[in-house]
Amino acid sequence: MATIDLVQVRKTYANGVDAVKGIDLAVADGELIVLLGPSGCGKSTLLRMVAGLETITGGEVRIDGARVNDKEPAARDIAMVFQNYALYPHMRVYDNMAYGLRNRRMPKAEIDRRVRAAAETLGLAELLDRRPRQLSGGQRQRVAMGRAIVREPKAFLFDEPLSNLDAKLRGQVRVEIKRLQRRLATTSLYVTHDQVEAMTLADRLVVMNQGAAEQIGTPDEVYSRPASLFVAGFIGSPAMNIVEGALEPGGARVRLGGADGPALALDGPRGAAAGRALKVGIRPEHLVASSNGPLALAIELVENLGADALLYGRVPGGAALVARADGGAPHKAGETLRLDVAPRHVHLFDAASGRRLDG
Amino acid sequence: MIKRATFGGVALPYALLLPQIAITLIFFFWPAGEALFQAVHVQDALGLKTRFVWFENFERVFSDGYYLASLRITAVFTLASCLLAMGFALLLAVMADRVIRGAGAYKTLLIWPYAVAPALAGVLWGFMFNPTIGVVAHALDAVGIKWNYYVDGDQALFLVTIAAAWKYVSYSFIFFLAGLQSIPRSVIEAAAIDGAGPTKRFWTIVFPLLSPTTFFLLVLNLVHLFFESFGIVHALTQGGPGRATEILVFRVWSDGYRGQDYGGSAAQSVVLMAIVIALTVIQFRYVERKVHY
Repeated sequence: MATIDLVQVRKTYANGVDAVKGIDLAVADGELIVLLGPSGCGKSTLLRMVAGLETITGGEVRIDGARVNDKEPAARDIAMVFQNYALYPHMRVYDNMAYGLRNRRMPKAEIDRRVRAAAETLGLAELLDRRPRQLSGGQRQRVAMGRAIVREPKAFLFDEPLSNLDAKLRGQVRVEIKRLQRRLATTSLYVTHDQVEAMTLADRLVVMNQGAAEQIGTPDEVYSRPASLFVAGFIGSPAMNIVEGALEPGGARVRLGGADGPALALDGPRGAAAGRALKVGIRPEHLVASSNGPLALAIELVENLGADALLYGRVPGGAALVARADGGAPHKAGETLRLDVAPRHVHLFDAASGRRLDG
Repeated sequence: MIKRATFGGVALPYALLLPQIAITLIFFFWPAGEALFQAVHVQDALGLKTRFVWFENFERVFSDGYYLASLRITAVFTLASCLLAMGFALLLAVMADRVIRGAGAYKTLLIWPYAVAPALAGVLWGFMFNPTIGVVAHALDAVGIKWNYYVDGDQALFLVTIAAAWKYVSYSFIFFLAGLQSIPRSVIEAAAIDGAGPTKRFWTIVFPLLSPTTFFLLVLNLVHLFFESFGIVHALTQGGPGRATEILVFRVWSDGYRGQDYGGSAAQSVVLMAIVIALTVIQFRYVERKVHY
């Protein structure tokens, strides 16, 4: 039970590379925060700095309000689940889980109670005498979880814990992790590059890019009001349509593509952005068929995915768009389909800075 | 899934095996057979007549008090060199594993001693420890230790032991370093988070995970020390003073070539062979099972 505070946390390597460029984050007690980003964005480095496995070159990490920058990993009272699980290969499952408790000189009876309780929770009771190499990937993952929970630490740190599992198991373990974290209400930081994991697990997520936090917010906020072009493009599948645009005089409508492109209504005037180069973002799932919609999509390609179909095409003015339609809908390449989009689903970004422009 | 290369006929695979088989036959089985043959024969002084004597040579060898002393010396020498070499190699490997800058240079330098021939190593150590002109002998003298391995048997045994160990440090170092580097970093990190300090991490995680490497080196170093330390002893002490450093392999040579006792020498080499084979079998049979996790 703890809070974690990151204050302008930085990591600069000896060769001058800025891996993490000043992150501010306040994690509430019991909250599960997901650090999401492409590989090399600094999310793992940030997690490892909280764990104490990486030195902090600037700023402060506080656990329960106390500065831990110079504390050894063991003294921070955190537990970590590694991507490759990092089980001790020469120890039985029982000893893997008991190792951290024995190092803390806990009484034997208490160790035994905790290990057996954790094994019960995770369905490992039958496997306590096995060695890691005799376990399947999913079982190893559970032992790694068990090793974390027996410690009853202040915080769990997860470093891509599901990426070594096959797709089916991943979904299953994801649900288990979420359930466990909710039940134990232990503050958690969870690193992943998988947006589905991020969206489903997070109370709040931190979208990272090139060492900086692009956006910190609930999954819903990040999805419905992406703070930057990067977030807009990274979250959502299929990816958001991002096209060039220009404000109409008055700033209440935006024109897609060239001068003869269609104009879309905005959810509020954006007078301040007049004259600037803009990018317009519209999610494929927000483009809906409407007989008098402003977008006349000339369909070039149809991808039928079963449940739904992706329509690739262009609108007058040259902007290329992808729209999502029902799987059974009878759309064919060469047809023209009229589409509409609700004003609140039209996102505007400054083309130069990439930041979101709101009314 | 194991992929196997398959051959149409039998000629090609045997042809490909031939060089290795030839080398093994000529350089191992032939001499070993010769030794077995000679071990049960005696020759007259001129080498004209050979007589089959059953196990007379062995009886003679085992009733020789010097031979039993040599067994003891060999055991002390081999075990001490082996432990010294491996312990020091492990220490160096652990330190080299932590070096970030110039790691390549360290490793290269540390590997060099293995390239030095045993006889040369013996000469080098002989110079350093020479009671009259050696730098180490001089230094020892300065702190009040009377150093003269020409007359002091214990000192001589100590000298050949460290000289032999020095040679095997490099070899063991390479394997230990490779072993250390194959331990996933995250396992060490997990142990750090689990509250184990550096020393505890080493003894509870790193050392157990190195045990296959340690075991392999133990077998290899013991066998090498049994056979290949001849050069060091020959160059440094000639088995002396007063047979104090007469290890089995040196005795085989000195009885055979100096003493012209081919039967006795052959019997000793057969015993040596048997000891090494027995050691290896014991190690693989009983120890190996316990070290693989």
